[in-house]
Amino acid sequence: MSVKISMKVNGKPVSAEVEARTLLVTFIRENLRLTGTHVGCDTAQCGACTVHMNGKAIKSCSIVAMQAEGADILTIEGVAKPDGTLHPMQQAFKENHGLQCGFCTPGMVMNALDFAASHANPTDKEVRESLEGNLCRCTGYHNIVKSIMAGAKAMGGKI
Amino acid sequence: MSAPLIGARIQRKEDYRFLTGAGQYTDDVSVPGQAYACFVRSPHAHANIRSISAEKAKRSPGVIAVYTGADLAAAKVGGLPCGWLITDVNGQPMKEPPHPCLAQGKARYVGDHVAVVVAATLEQAKDAAEKVEVDYEVLPAVVDPAKARAKGAPALHDIALDNTCYVWALGDKAKVDEAFAKAAHVTRLDFVNNRLIPNAIEPRAAIGAYSRADESYTLYVANQNPHVERLLMTAFVLGLPEHKVRVVAPDVGGGFGSKIYLYAEDVVVTWAARQLNRPVKWTSDRSEAFVSDAHGRDHVTTAELALDKDGKFLAMRVQTTANLGAYLSTFASCIPTILYATLLAGQYTTPLIYCEVTAVFTNTTPVDAYRGAGRPEATYVVERLVETAARELKIDPAEIRRRNFIRNFPYQTPVALQYDTGNYEATLDAALKLGDVSGFQARKEQSLKNGKLRGIGYAAYIEACGIAPSAVAGSLGARAGLFEAGEIRVHPTGSVTVFTGSHSHGQGHETTFAQVVADRLGIPIENVDIVHGDTSKVLFGMGTYGSRSIAVGGTAIVKAMDKIIAKGKKIAAHLLEASESDIEYDRGEFKVAGTDRKKMFGEIAFAAYVPHNYPHDKLEPGLNENAFYDPSNFTFPAGTYVCEVEVDRDTGQVTIERFAAVDDFGKIINPMIVEGQVHGGLTQGIGQALTEACRYDASGQLVTGSFMDYCLPRAGDVPSFKVDTRETPCTHNPLGVKGCGEAGAIGAPAAVMNAITDALGVKDLPMPATAQTVWRSLQQKAA
Repeated sequence: MSVKISMKVNGKPVSAEVEARTLLVTFIRENLRLTGTHVGCDTAQCGACTVHMNGKAIKSCSIVAMQAEGADILTIEGVAKPDGTLHPMQQAFKENHGLQCGFCTPGMVMNALDFAASHANPTDKEVRESLEGNLCRCTGYHNIVKSIMAGAKAMGGKI
Repeated sequence: MSAPLIGARIQRKEDYRFLTGAGQYTDDVSVPGQAYACFVRSPHAHANIRSISAEKAKRSPGVIAVYTGADLAAAKVGGLPCGWLITDVNGQPMKEPPHPCLAQGKARYVGDHVAVVVAATLEQAKDAAEKVEVDYEVLPAVVDPAKARAKGAPALHDIALDNTCYVWALGDKAKVDEAFAKAAHVTRLDFVNNRLIPNAIEPRAAIGAYSRADESYTLYVANQNPHVERLLMTAFVLGLPEHKVRVVAPDVGGGFGSKIYLYAEDVVVTWAARQLNRPVKWTSDRSEAFVSDAHGRDHVTTAELALDKDGKFLAMRVQTTANLGAYLSTFASCIPTILYATLLAGQYTTPLIYCEVTAVFTNTTPVDAYRGAGRPEATYVVERLVETAARELKIDPAEIRRRNFIRNFPYQTPVALQYDTGNYEATLDAALKLGDVSGFQARKEQSLKNGKLRGIGYAAYIEACGIAPSAVAGSLGARAGLFEAGEIRVHPTGSVTVFTGSHSHGQGHETTFAQVVADRLGIPIENVDIVHGDTSKVLFGMGTYGSRSIAVGGTAIVKAMDKIIAKGKKIAAHLLEASESDIEYDRGEFKVAGTDRKKMFGEIAFAAYVPHNYPHDKLEPGLNENAFYDPSNFTFPAGTYVCEVEVDRDTGQVTIERFAAVDDFGKIINPMIVEGQVHGGLTQGIGQALTEACRYDASGQLVTGSFMDYCLPRAGDVPSFKVDTRETPCTHNPLGVKGCGEAGAIGAPAAVMNAITDALGVKDLPMPATAQTVWRSLQQKAA
């Protein structure tokens, strides 16, 4: 069964006809070819697919695309300024070596943005707790935690 | 002249694309017209395949083809080769059972590939795969390596009815036994080095494509060594002309060893693309990755250390049974032998060492190199023994290490390696300070007041990296060379493209290698691009594993630069009307000695490509050089880790309160990147010690087959680390580098387990020391 869906992705209206079982992450990656959102597991554990839906971080592997009907979706491709300048959270990851292979990174950044919007000056413990749903196999989290603390400070509680 | 770049904390060149979602991993690649593959995998650990009926699957919507082992056999597709021949104690070659790309009559582990469905969409392929009917005759399975050779154990392979691949040994057993008989003290430990599942966050993926226009193939694959992948696949499996196959390993999302190997899926999509004249894409999902990516470790070991009354090590005796899984993966055979037993000297002068390894087949996923590969297992043996011996002899664990450190270099160990350099006391002293060991007693008392136990543990590791001198590796059974290749292409405007056979999948080569090149050529780092991971661009390469990239791949680049500079000097001499022997070169400046007359690197490049005023009688135009570098020895990074844990008596929960790591990696190009490598390695090592348990049930089902069951460390499981380095440059490569990728995973498990056993006051505890394991140990002690 196919369904018609429409939503806003990174500020642009998009619509398509997809199979009803199409996951939001599949729609983003395969239909829209926005491949910055990654799939690292099949049990909603790794967080590589994290995007924002109506301003909140969600795992886009955990809902079907039709559940995002009419929603405002932000993916990693929509985070930097249109002129290419990195968002302060992205910049913080770069300055603090908060990424290695880069595969978990988009999910980490999307989750961190949501977290930092309500935590302008988080503690190490708070940041680690906020990463409960995001796995990284490269960095040992040390520099991700540092990055998020620096990014949150630079953001001052605002995305 | 620009500021020195070697040793500078340069932010990474690759980060921008990863941070903006512009990375191109294999699954992000979309080849026009691609079809999708889904593998039908055995649900049984051991079963005869009586028949396969693909009729229903073939009629399923969108299905293009279904292939089974019979199709591959008819097409004469070979099995997967093993790259290292081990010769057993009787001088016989190891048993090498066939490793078919799709099962031939028998499945030998849960996840073994039995058939493949190719369909127009991924969903259609998955739907149809469920309709492939396989009639299995389920057989008894063996999963425990300690039971694989037992009488009556089910045999996996006809050519190895005792499930034994080889029994191999290193060292003089008679002399070692003699030393043990005379020793004042013997420390003995029996333990399991737990089986691990690598779990790079990017699952494996492969896209095979065929072009009728020039009868060529392209394989995109998440792999750590595309040239090796191509060589193995073309020469040993598919019988294709190597020059007609291009292998591209684009951005790769972590490897840790699991993406070194030639896997059946890579072969099948390449072969199927030719049959169907259509690109075929396969992306592993995580559940598949758990059963089909090569696993790591899985040793059952008895280890003994003989000491005199003063704690001086006299001899070591080690017996290990290593689980190879159901088939020999690409480098499986050398991991528990060449990369294990040779490291048992550690940092110490132990004069006599004997190690015997029995490698067995079981009905489990193949086991191969995983970060550290043999060296973590060796370090665990040595450092658990040393710490336990210190406790038994009531000698301070730092002091017992000092009494046995190697101090004179080069040092020939009794297990075949020659250490070129090191300063173990320096890293130990620094680690004691960084870990504030002198304040431990006070912290322990404070913990006790809070009702908690506290313990401290050390690990002084060594590893052999920079793999490897080809002749040495060849004499030990390697079926490949282990050199590296590099090419420097200088463009007319003076910018540079560097091609390297090393592969980056998180290590940051695009930055580190660019630092080396920009520094030596005196050009801005922005003017240097590093290209890797494409056999059609890079001249050749052996790839990235064994912490070899900077030591071997980096040196190949330096050698190519030497040729560029040598040619540049000739051009400069001509332009400056000086004798070539009078030209001095220093980071981008070609100078006439003792004068202020000079030419900059950019001017030389331009002259080489616009050769109007040029020594045509002596030189070709252009500025493009390559080099192959075969190392003369391994490199020997070493260091000391100090771990401090707190244990909750009521729950058994272990918290790592402090972790101090001091490593000697020789010269460091980018400290920021090196620290990141250490953090990541430590966390994988802590994962092995505390959280990661790979469990099969008796029938061979993997019961830890998802991130819900297999506990990868999360941010809350690890502390912030204290890391530092000491530097004794490697003596046999021009950069003085040793490599840093695996150290953390090698040293951490022993440090953590030494700390936990100290806190609990027990001799040993199995890894992973989960809350349940620790709680049980506490209850046993109380009872």
